[in-house]
Amino acid sequence: METYVIPILIFSGIGLIAGILLHVASKTFEVKVDEKIEQINEALPQINCGACGYAGCADYANAVAENDVPANLCKPGGNETARKISQILGKDVVEIVPELAVVHCNGDCNATTKKFIFDGIQSCVAAKRFYNGDGVCTYGCLGLGDCVAVCEYGAISIKDSIAYINKSACVSCGKCVKACPNQLISLRPVSKHIDVACSSRDNGKITKLNCKNGCIGCKICEKKCLSDAIKVVDYCAEIDYEKCTVCGACYEACPTGAITNCSIKI
Amino acid sequence: MKTYLIIMFSAILTDNFVLSKFMGICPFLGVSKKLSSSLGMGAAVIFVMACATMFTYPVYSLILEPMGLTYLRTIIFILIIALFVQLVEMVLKKFMPPLYKSLGVYLPLITTNCAVLGVTLINIDNKYNFMESLANSTFVGVGFTLVLIIFAGVRSKLETADIPETFKGIPSTLIAASIVSLSFMGFAGFTS
Repeated sequence: METYVIPILIFSGIGLIAGILLHVASKTFEVKVDEKIEQINEALPQINCGACGYAGCADYANAVAENDVPANLCKPGGNETARKISQILGKDVVEIVPELAVVHCNGDCNATTKKFIFDGIQSCVAAKRFYNGDGVCTYGCLGLGDCVAVCEYGAISIKDSIAYINKSACVSCGKCVKACPNQLISLRPVSKHIDVACSSRDNGKITKLNCKNGCIGCKICEKKCLSDAIKVVDYCAEIDYEKCTVCGACYEACPTGAITNCSIKI
Repeated sequence: MKTYLIIMFSAILTDNFVLSKFMGICPFLGVSKKLSSSLGMGAAVIFVMACATMFTYPVYSLILEPMGLTYLRTIIFILIIALFVQLVEMVLKKFMPPLYKSLGVYLPLITTNCAVLGVTLINIDNKYNFMESLANSTFVGVGFTLVLIIFAGVRSKLETADIPETFKGIPSTLIAASIVSLSFMGFAGFTS
């Protein structure tokens, strides 16, 4: 009996003394935490996605309360969270423009081919390291789903061997943007639904050879654009969403189908 | 006096905990990015080591050993170490918020830093008396701080060095750590 009771007593005795000491110390060295920080932290969705650029919800709450950081950086929380935070801080509400992730590649298995069979680790990063991936186009979607793995909302799937983003499920946290080794994914405002679905920097001839849907850099869209929003850089069109009015002229003019308009094509 | 000198040289140089015994590698790599934070970390570790020894030694020799409960030493020592780490954390949070922030997660991790538990156990294994234990713990802490400072210097040079892409970041840091460790091998046999 003694062999069990005495060690337990000693151990709990030392634990008790340590506990009392710590309690006293926590009272003497107490640091007052700003109440606002806790309130803001509660208003945040607590999914710690990092889309705001901080190391989690608590970190962002700190930054908003102490420094002059905008209250509308929480993308998953959206306008509702921005409004709550602004209320707590007594600031004017700044609405966030809802954004969406889009894949700038349309080279599905019908449009492009493979140059070899990649049999290694099934990840885009690994495939990319192995001779720039298995596709004939080295800029295109590798289709092994690094973005699918990183998406916490199940918004991305692989269809016809390219990534496809479900618009209703995307919260624009931006994790897939960082995950793609070919930098194919970017965020754009939901309302500006015209996308260049190609990232090939090869010249028109090579792109045409490699992929039916590629941007050949013909500059027709540049000429047709009414608001000077589209520019061809390195044989690939780029849209400036600040200027784009979503008139659809470039989409109708594109000879290869590299520009997509998702209000029509779902 | 001679014993203390030997303890000092062996704890700081020949048997340096980080570079010869490979304990406390986590904060060694984690906090040695900046000189200021490595100094702060070193001071925190010295304090925790000295205070923990001040309590673990009497607890061991007055309570555990006479009662034949020496098998409890690991868990009880961890308890005492955790107590002091918590204390350091509170004090730093109150009086030195910038240092508290720069140490980040590595501060509570001193609790599970094997260097701290290691020094308290080694004091007992080496059959040091109370003063010798205290001296050993303090100097082990000083040795830890010294290595952290040296390595902070090495790392500040590494940041500007032209390193091949593959070795950037952690790999180059580990290689540098091994070279610093090799240089400390030069002290081997110094105290025996």
